[in-house]
Amino acid sequence: MNGSRELILGRVRDALGDAGEAEALPPRAYRRQGTLEPAARIELLCERIGDYQAQVRRVGAAELAVAIGEAFAAEGAARVCVPGGIPPQWRPEGVELVVDAPLTLEELDGVDGVLTGCTLAIAETGTIVLSAGPAEGRRALTLVPDLHVCVVGEDQVVETVPEAMAPLAKLVRAERRPITFISGPSATSDIELSRVEGVHGPRRLIVLIVNKELQ
Amino acid sequence: MSGARGGPQPGDGAMNAAMRPFPAAAGEALRDTRLRANLAGATHTIREKRNRVVAEVPDWPQLREAGRAIKVEVLAHLDTYLEAFEQAVTDAGGHVHWAPDAAAANQVVLDVARAHQVSEIVKVKSLTTDEIGLNDALAAGGVHAIETDLAELILQLDGDWSSHILVPAIHLNRTEIRDLFRATIADPSLGDDPRELAEASRRYLRERFLTARMAVSGANFGVADSGTVCVVESEGNGRMCTTLPPVLVTILGIEKLVPTFGDLEVFLQLLPRSSTGERMNPYTSLWTGVTPGDGPQEFHVVLLDGGRTRVLADQVGRQALHCIRCSACLNVCPVYSRTGGHAYGSIYPGPIGAILTPQLYGIEAAPTLPFASSLCGACYEVCPVMIDIPSVLLHLREKAVAAGAKPGERLAMKAVSWIFGGRRRFAAAARLGRLGQRPLVRRGRIVRLPAPLAAWTRTRDLRPLSSESFRDWWERRR
Repeated sequence: MNGSRELILGRVRDALGDAGEAEALPPRAYRRQGTLEPAARIELLCERIGDYQAQVRRVGAAELAVAIGEAFAAEGAARVCVPGGIPPQWRPEGVELVVDAPLTLEELDGVDGVLTGCTLAIAETGTIVLSAGPAEGRRALTLVPDLHVCVVGEDQVVETVPEAMAPLAKLVRAERRPITFISGPSATSDIELSRVEGVHGPRRLIVLIVNKELQ
Repeated sequence: MSGARGGPQPGDGAMNAAMRPFPAAAGEALRDTRLRANLAGATHTIREKRNRVVAEVPDWPQLREAGRAIKVEVLAHLDTYLEAFEQAVTDAGGHVHWAPDAAAANQVVLDVARAHQVSEIVKVKSLTTDEIGLNDALAAGGVHAIETDLAELILQLDGDWSSHILVPAIHLNRTEIRDLFRATIADPSLGDDPRELAEASRRYLRERFLTARMAVSGANFGVADSGTVCVVESEGNGRMCTTLPPVLVTILGIEKLVPTFGDLEVFLQLLPRSSTGERMNPYTSLWTGVTPGDGPQEFHVVLLDGGRTRVLADQVGRQALHCIRCSACLNVCPVYSRTGGHAYGSIYPGPIGAILTPQLYGIEAAPTLPFASSLCGACYEVCPVMIDIPSVLLHLREKAVAAGAKPGERLAMKAVSWIFGGRRRFAAAARLGRLGQRPLVRRGRIVRLPAPLAAWTRTRDLRPLSSESFRDWWERRR
């Protein structure tokens, strides 16, 4: 075991015998900051999420609970799992909420959907990012149920991938949080390259973008 | 990949013996007209998608340059980064294993399975585990590995092997897949709509995901400064495997490290657009050791050498280790898009395979692969980390020639060099040639050369020497 470690590191050092010609630090001439105004940024996010065949809706904070209830009702979801830390004002009428206390995998497989928040969203790629925060829950929650409704605050939206990585790096270093990037519902193009949405993850993704200013 | 038909038996050296020369395998593939049609359609479609989403990124050249430079940096200090990664994973509650070769890596997985008395594992598509022949090694040890990527599942059910890095079952069409599913995991009423076929695999695999006690994955990136492992995927089977089973083993080639978590911002832009032609792939999972109450509570990383340090030792060839397995070079390659992946006889097909395989396994194991290219350079142009594949191909051709030149060939080359070295000698040889070719010329062409040169005319005609040399013609005109 230890022998293998020394063997590989020795081989690496032998192979690099000629090193010392390492280049300077990697150039970072790529865009590290977006340029869009907030309104345009949100619009870009909506458009890009829509391109993935996910549903996107913009709602005011006051109507959020109603919008959540409608989203689940429209998909025929009556029993929905939620992480322990979702804000009380998100709780919709007419939908039974099951708190992950935690649920077993069988129980999780038995609910009709899941409701979570997110850590941030990336407009340019139409990506929502979860990091197991209180309103996001553990990773299995957004994986096993067939329907995922995700609430994104307008203030959580960044424009580019690099803008997302800085805050995520902090979460990883400080708390070692697991992180999941979600860009549309799961998909495969393995059969004749025709895209099929929904293989193993949730087949339906609904993103509700909340205008916090209405709060 | 048990029961692989015609393909390599990867693992320690086994692949070398089974490997056929590229020209022979390619000749066979070229005669398969349906394969050629599937390939032409598929490579063309992905190419178009890739071009569209790359064109909308204004700083693509800067991202490529950063990606290349980060990989150069990692390789230049690989020992330091490996030690840092080991420390970080260990600090986060994971276990790190070092595997000098395929057998050692397979043994780690088998040992973990035995420690938990597991006889069946779920597995997410991984070229690295194909490279080390993990499934066969596990089977020999009494552990059954279930492939969960749709294409890999298709291949596993078919006893076939991958022909494309990204779309492994690119050589099969929907009807063939429907028939296969009917015979194995679904009932005879199954249709051939891709949606129905995907649904059949979802049903088949769901129960296995929910009950699996152990999973094995590869990884796209390992982060040295945080110990984070990154898996990029589309179907969700990667998330299933890396989240649900209580025990997870990840096999990571030692070249897959990046220095810092922030460096992922470059590769998470380069990879999906180059690979599937999407702005972002549906799911990217990043985890750091063990998270209490979330995901596997026992996590192992196997750091695999398996020939990589040999590649690293070659200053020209080492850039092959920059590869992030996007497969963009396959789709633009005029050779790959006609022969498909099987002709390369290797887990890594296409242009990148032509430089990676001979280096990982030794040039004597794959001496024909560096010649499986027209050196058009399209691969270099699309490569998101700027691997100069044509230069490495030339470099490897030199090696192949040095390793394999026959004494007769060397003698002939010496003679030619002597003839070309003097004006009179050259003129005399040309006159001799004009005389000597007479019996071979038919209607202005040579269609068959005699024995040692016959290979040249097997697939093409040869133009005869003209009846008068340029010099003679020039003299006459003056």
